[in-house]
Amino acid sequence: MKILLPTPLRQYSGKQPSVELKASTVGEALSGLVSQHPDLRRHLYNEDGKLRAFVNVYLNDEDVRYLEKDATPVSDGDTISIVPSIAGGKEVDGLSNFWIAELNCSCPMRCCPACCC
Amino acid sequence: MLKLSKSVYDQLRHHGEETYPHECCGVLLGTMNGNDRTVTSAAPCGNTRTDSPENRYDIDPRELVKIQREGRERGEDILGFYHSHPDHPAHWSSTDLAEAHWFGCSYIITRVAKGKADVTNSFLLDGAGEEDKHLDPEEIEVSE
Repeated sequence: MKILLPTPLRQYSGKQPSVELKASTVGEALSGLVSQHPDLRRHLYNEDGKLRAFVNVYLNDEDVRYLEKDATPVSDGDTISIVPSIAGGKEVDGLSNFWIAELNCSCPMRCCPACCC
Repeated sequence: MLKLSKSVYDQLRHHGEETYPHECCGVLLGTMNGNDRTVTSAAPCGNTRTDSPENRYDIDPRELVKIQREGRERGEDILGFYHSHPDHPAHWSSTDLAEAHWFGCSYIITRVAKGKADVTNSFLLDGAGEEDKHLDPEEIEVSE
């Protein structure tokens, strides 16, 4: 089976975009991965040995959290994808005076407390 | 430096205008050659934060898995992400930093002011790990 690594984790896998290994469950596959590439461990797991909350593990197109988690069976042709989450959003509270001035400024130079006009 | 074509640059800015007053989001794909990173395509995504789309975005991991897999089949890697800040500066927020986990990737933010795409900035996620991560401004080179 194959584990696809996201771009940021490749520096810890000898720049390999994917790792091939033999495993019978998702948990075994992930253990095999960090055994082969120990530097990956702290990026995937927290200090308690739990998978970090923002790390999503998919078996083919299914989130393993909704299957049998680590006990989910895998077979030779399967692909595990590791994808850190993507989220964010603008500041809701505490917009600084700097940005408030910039937002309210009508000057074509987009002047603000940091500029000279 | 992050290089991207005018068509991709226009595409992600236009996406922010389309979803205004909600935040848009998407994935940047391309190639890496040392420190040179060239975006060759952008994949617009849906915003799963339907509870607060005017100030939050979230990409469904299932969509991300598909984009990552299809990109690899074309020889493209995920180089970063983009989203918009409706009527808000094109600068990362505390939420953007807290939720950023793709080290070495770019986070492009476009300010959409009253429905029109305005300033577009890019920030590179750097640091040794979650404990000391930071988003640094990076130059964008837009080519025809």
